[in-house]
Amino acid sequence: MTAPRYPGFDTLALHAGQRPDPVTGARAVPIYASASFCFDDSDHAAALFNMERAGHVYSRISNPTVAVLEERVAALEQGVGAIATASGQAALHLALVTLMGAGAHVVASRALYGGSHNLLAYTLRRFGIETTFVNPRALDEWRAAIRPNTRLLFGETLGNPGLDVLDIPRVAALAHEHLLPLLVDATFTTPYLVQPFAHGADLIFHSATKFLGGHGVAIGGVLVDGGTFDWVGSDKFATLSAPYEGFHGMNFSEESTVAPFLLRARREGLRDFGACMSAHTAFLILQGLETLPLRMARHVENTRKVVAYLAAHAQVASIQYPELPDHPDHALAAALLPRGCGAVFSFNLKGARAAGRKFVESLQVFSHLANVGDAKSLVIHPASTTHFRVPDHELAAAGITQGMIRLSIGLEDVDDLIDDLARALKAAQKTS
Amino acid sequence: MKLGTQPALFAYTGGKPFDPAKPCFVFLHGAQHDHSVWILQSRYLAHHGYSVLTFDLPGHGASDGPALTSVEEIAAGVAAALAPLALDAVLLVGHSMGSLIALELARGIDAGVAGVALLATAAPMRVADALLDATRAAPDAAMQMINLWSHRAGIAPFAARPGNPGPGFNIVWSNLRLMQRIAQRNGAHVLANDFAACNNYRAGLEAAHALRAPALLVLGSADQMTPPRAAADLIAAIAQPKTVVTLAGTGHALMAENPDGVRAALLQFAQRVFASKPAVAMA
Repeated sequence: MTAPRYPGFDTLALHAGQRPDPVTGARAVPIYASASFCFDDSDHAAALFNMERAGHVYSRISNPTVAVLEERVAALEQGVGAIATASGQAALHLALVTLMGAGAHVVASRALYGGSHNLLAYTLRRFGIETTFVNPRALDEWRAAIRPNTRLLFGETLGNPGLDVLDIPRVAALAHEHLLPLLVDATFTTPYLVQPFAHGADLIFHSATKFLGGHGVAIGGVLVDGGTFDWVGSDKFATLSAPYEGFHGMNFSEESTVAPFLLRARREGLRDFGACMSAHTAFLILQGLETLPLRMARHVENTRKVVAYLAAHAQVASIQYPELPDHPDHALAAALLPRGCGAVFSFNLKGARAAGRKFVESLQVFSHLANVGDAKSLVIHPASTTHFRVPDHELAAAGITQGMIRLSIGLEDVDDLIDDLARALKAAQKTS
Repeated sequence: MKLGTQPALFAYTGGKPFDPAKPCFVFLHGAQHDHSVWILQSRYLAHHGYSVLTFDLPGHGASDGPALTSVEEIAAGVAAALAPLALDAVLLVGHSMGSLIALELARGIDAGVAGVALLATAAPMRVADALLDATRAAPDAAMQMINLWSHRAGIAPFAARPGNPGPGFNIVWSNLRLMQRIAQRNGAHVLANDFAACNNYRAGLEAAHALRAPALLVLGSADQMTPPRAAADLIAAIAQPKTVVTLAGTGHALMAENPDGVRAALLQFAQRVFASKPAVAMA
């Protein structure tokens, strides 16, 4: 008899959250394209509405296909549960508004995806939520930025686009020292490369549009609760530990010791803000998730070869990938990301801005577009696209130069990727 | 609400104010757990004409006091918390360690006992020496082992339906996090205390024989901790009318793996044993 053990990661990626359909025998996850679900009788209806029984009522709140995705990602992250959302941005928004309201404060890494930066720096400020941005590598900055009204620390496992590696154990310890949770955007790493809960993070979100789906055909997000944070003990989160008038006086912390955050996020956040994921989208993302382990391994393998090629190329001024010895987070990456540092990285071309433009326009296999984490290789110029609203001084502070090129390495034959880059580098060289 | 003083025990009342006039369920959780393992069953019953007192046992969750070291002491603590309420009759429901506490409580409380429901149970409830040692020497590893054995083997618990407490939750990691939270909040010693209390309790068959009320036993066909065969002596010892419900494909964590099956069994039993004091119609 073998020793008892949990199913492995690859098995969970294929099976968690689903068993063959009991009615039809369907092995694949069916798309339950139904806005609502029939009640057995009036008592069943009332019990579902009142959280006395588990089940589906209306697809804005939950849906059988979407639940498979939620439970699969939760299984892979070792979280107590998850909520799938209309986008990664919606997942971040759902986390924030579940935890805080006007008058609250967030401490966030400065090396954020531009969309996250916009939400925190501009939009939420209009609603009374302020954010202080800090150098993710400077623990003293994190510490100094915490105020009495701070409710969250937030960073990315790999900062976008500079690939700053978030020191999750140390930032989480600092957060917990102040009775605050740490939220991590793990889009670039996926649970295959790092499981942030194991290092101290309390909440995780993904843009599922990227590596989780892997095919670039659907927009979605997933918010995962580690079940590790003591919301009652913190005494800073009345939304989770006091009766909620909006749900018959429910005290979410009495209903669930480990998952009051998810209960409130679903019963208030999805109910009222409504940024739910559709069943079709969940199905599409599930198709990708099934092969996540295989894809991530190949993404990393290809990336290492491309990085090695570029690092040795005369036209490349610098390259930022944490596995390179000169990256400031090299040692930290080795500790937190032993399977690899993902497939998105940036480098600086020698020459003027025109060289960068020529390089991007000369690529044939790489697609010039605003996305990452696709099975196909992608390229973009952050300063003129994802971060175009960010002032120059903030760009510089985030380590983004005007000539920076961001690549997302796909699953093609790596020799074809290197040939494509070689042609484009040669074309760019002619402009200088 | 908090009940009693030495120690004061937290009891979840199902999302409604406690009404002593209604027939009352008393829920007792198992080792390294708290009231939240009963959430779907207790919330449903509280909204269907019953009162519920879903306890955090002494030294667990939000209840005061140290975690007690014997089933007898824990039962006495719960009895003391119940005494001021002067309830006419209660239906005691216990899971695993809680089932032993229910047996002991049934002969130690002043209130009339309308029935006793024993879930995932065995008497005696022996714990392997290696696991007992692990709960003391390596509680983190012990919790991982216990979490594995608490669910049906294999992939099935990672796709539990209908979900607990709802869709989108993972019952396996939720159970692990709950055990870890109890350790964090109430102390690393709780795990060893609880498992030793189960292992050392020798009066289970005697208490079962002394029952003066009907009994319900809810067992999981895929229970790896207290398999149905382990309940045979206990079932035989019960002289009162008894009902055995075996939930197919269900592991030790019955309430999470099969919340509807447990709810239905409890409701049917309650309707029978509270026949003289029926549930109060919903307002």
